[in-house]
Amino acid sequence: MNKLVLIVGGSTLVYACLAVMMAILPGIELSKIPAGPNVVPLTPLQAEGRDVYVANGCSYCHTQQVRPLQQDKVFGRPSMAGDFKYQTPELLGSERTGPDLTNIGVRQPSAVWQYLHLYNPRAVVPASIMPAFSWLFDVVPAAPAGATVVSLPKAYAPAQGVVVPTHAAEALIAYLASLKQPALSAADVARSAGSMAAMPGPAAPATAAATTVNAGAPTPAADATYDPAKGEALFTANCASCHQATGEGLPGAFPPLKGNAAVNDDDATQHMQVVLRGAHDLVIDGVKYGSPMPPFADMLSDADIANIIDYERGAWGNHGKPVTAADVAAERAKTP
Amino acid sequence: MQTRVSAQHSVVSDQDDRALVSVFAAYVATATFWLLFATGIGLLLAFKFGAPDFGPGAWLTFGRLRPIHINDTFYGFASIALVGVSYYVAARSSGAKLYSARLAWIGLVLFNLAAVLGTVALDLGYNDGNLEYREWPWPVRLIFLAALAVTAWNLIGTVARRNSEDIYLSNWYIIGGVLWTCIIATVGVLPWYQYGLGQVAVSGFYMHNAVGLWFTPLALGIFYYALPKLLSRPIYSYALGVFAFWTNLVFYPIIGSHHFLFSPLPWWLQTTAIVFSVAMLVPVWGGSANYLLTMRGRTRDMVHSYPLMFIFVGVMGYLLGSTQGTLEAFRSLQEIWHLTNFTVGHSHLTMYGFVTFAVWGGIYACLPLATGKHPGTLGLAMHFWMALVGSSIYVIALSIGGTIQGLDWIHGLPFIQSVIDMQSYYVWRGVGGTLMFLSHIVFAWNVWRMCYGRSAEVPPLEALRAEEAVA
Repeated sequence: MNKLVLIVGGSTLVYACLAVMMAILPGIELSKIPAGPNVVPLTPLQAEGRDVYVANGCSYCHTQQVRPLQQDKVFGRPSMAGDFKYQTPELLGSERTGPDLTNIGVRQPSAVWQYLHLYNPRAVVPASIMPAFSWLFDVVPAAPAGATVVSLPKAYAPAQGVVVPTHAAEALIAYLASLKQPALSAADVARSAGSMAAMPGPAAPATAAATTVNAGAPTPAADATYDPAKGEALFTANCASCHQATGEGLPGAFPPLKGNAAVNDDDATQHMQVVLRGAHDLVIDGVKYGSPMPPFADMLSDADIANIIDYERGAWGNHGKPVTAADVAAERAKTP
Repeated sequence: MQTRVSAQHSVVSDQDDRALVSVFAAYVATATFWLLFATGIGLLLAFKFGAPDFGPGAWLTFGRLRPIHINDTFYGFASIALVGVSYYVAARSSGAKLYSARLAWIGLVLFNLAAVLGTVALDLGYNDGNLEYREWPWPVRLIFLAALAVTAWNLIGTVARRNSEDIYLSNWYIIGGVLWTCIIATVGVLPWYQYGLGQVAVSGFYMHNAVGLWFTPLALGIFYYALPKLLSRPIYSYALGVFAFWTNLVFYPIIGSHHFLFSPLPWWLQTTAIVFSVAMLVPVWGGSANYLLTMRGRTRDMVHSYPLMFIFVGVMGYLLGSTQGTLEAFRSLQEIWHLTNFTVGHSHLTMYGFVTFAVWGGIYACLPLATGKHPGTLGLAMHFWMALVGSSIYVIALSIGGTIQGLDWIHGLPFIQSVIDMQSYYVWRGVGGTLMFLSHIVFAWNVWRMCYGRSAEVPPLEALRAEEAVA
């Protein structure tokens, strides 16, 4: 019997000590980390949306952790300990079958796009393999007063009636819109610099200057000449989910760039301003587009924006005069 | 002490023997049900990567089925099967009867109840937080914890009745595994100390330990019993087995945070995890060498015995999968592979190539001894080859695809390009998965023949021995 006590009791005691050391104590200690600046709890509707997110296992394909690595810069600044104060259960995730959502409220602020994409992702991103969540919507003969109507392309619209989101879908979209990374505090930057000394890539998180598509060069030459391949890649990564790879947009939801007057105008001021500062409620060819376009000034460098604009001005039969990074810098310098 | 592996059970009465056999058979039968169910779901999930609109609606949506696939393979199939084989190994290697058949039945009901309730809850959207393999609502996880506690008590009681001073090595691993997992399940379910980033630390611990201190020790315990039994030869080194036991116990719990490299978890926690991930090579290579040296020079036996072939693949899965795990823990490699499908390939190499092949080897080695009934050679061959070829296709496809996915990100391509580049690898994953699922149907047929149906004539290895005796 002694031997049984030794093996069973001894190994279990060893294991219990290790469990306290590696799980329970770190758990207690890290649970106390205070919220970072501007990290706020969710509103009741957003919290409800988070429950919808969890119930349907969104985090099996979407992470919510931005690593301090070059390839993660497209998703935002590196995640900091203070970001997680109000995140229980934690939704860091373990797989990126789809993109990271830490900062999706900034990267894709358009609720019109989010509803369309949720209803059927392939309506806006043809190559997407995300499930359609059409069962989070109702098809009604006519929209009740004040209800959001999802304006679907013909191929995806029901034969009769209109599509309106259920309460669960509204809560989920409210939650996604709330996913915005707050700016870092000085303390956070200092803490990360200490812990990331050995990290590959830049130690201090560079938010504003982060280039969205970057082939490994940390500081792209400011006045690089137009590179069509890079322009197309940047367009695909940043613009195509609304304006589409065809440049035709989605009727009634997202304006076309093909044949667009501002894009073909030799004076590129408006084109550059829209990309830098974003836009909403624009009227194009008599159609009013209510969905907001995000400002890219903080997400892309002048050279990248020039590449995108030149791509748009030359693709799909467009014939606008190209711009340079210096032109974009001049527009950026103007007070909005 | 090695001789006890083939120890007689003269002290065990016929009636107790029958009780043990029916317990063993019932555990294997319900585990087989969960294998078919959970991998059927897995196959549906694999199709959804190519045809995302296939299987619409809330109940069939990917995010609800994925945790069902994982939890039911883990806690339905693998756990129930390993406990069933463990009861048999503990009783026979101790030369004792089962401490309590009634407790074993209660445990079986609790395990299955937890799996049924957990499945229904997840499909209705009651997910406790998308935290890997602790998604079941907490009351369901308490039922599973109760099943573990009952099992631990019953196994300790059984080994306490052994007919000699020594405790056979298998029982160290088996009883250790069940008791440690009681602690893991408790750490995972208690809510009061894990919020936000604190919960991330606990997740790292849990998702790692629930695999490596539950499935691993039980599967290794089965190797230590089945190999000497099938080869009629003692284990190569008993001392090496004891050494691997203690090193595995001390190193393994420390490395969970390597699932969260580059996260905001404290730097020391991540670095310690990497260092001990390398240290894990000691028990892994030590243990694997012990099994392979036990098999040395017996190739002829192996090609004539599918149970041995299953165990051989299981040992190789343990060696390759665990070594791969160490490599994945390096920051330089994880920078490419983390969050890609490479990880999914790794988890199938370990849970399937190692644990599941060990389970099958253990069942094919022990169940015929218990029931006196054998599966046919055709059934064994079909099961073995379809499972091996299928899982190889699966793991290789996702390893290549996952690497491409990771490189796409590093090269700064638009994200959607990594989705497009994975498409052909997703198809190959479906091909491998289909073969794996078909092999499970054959396995179910084999289980039926070993438990309740008509037995095959003579097991191949005995035929070989008879042939050798004549020669």
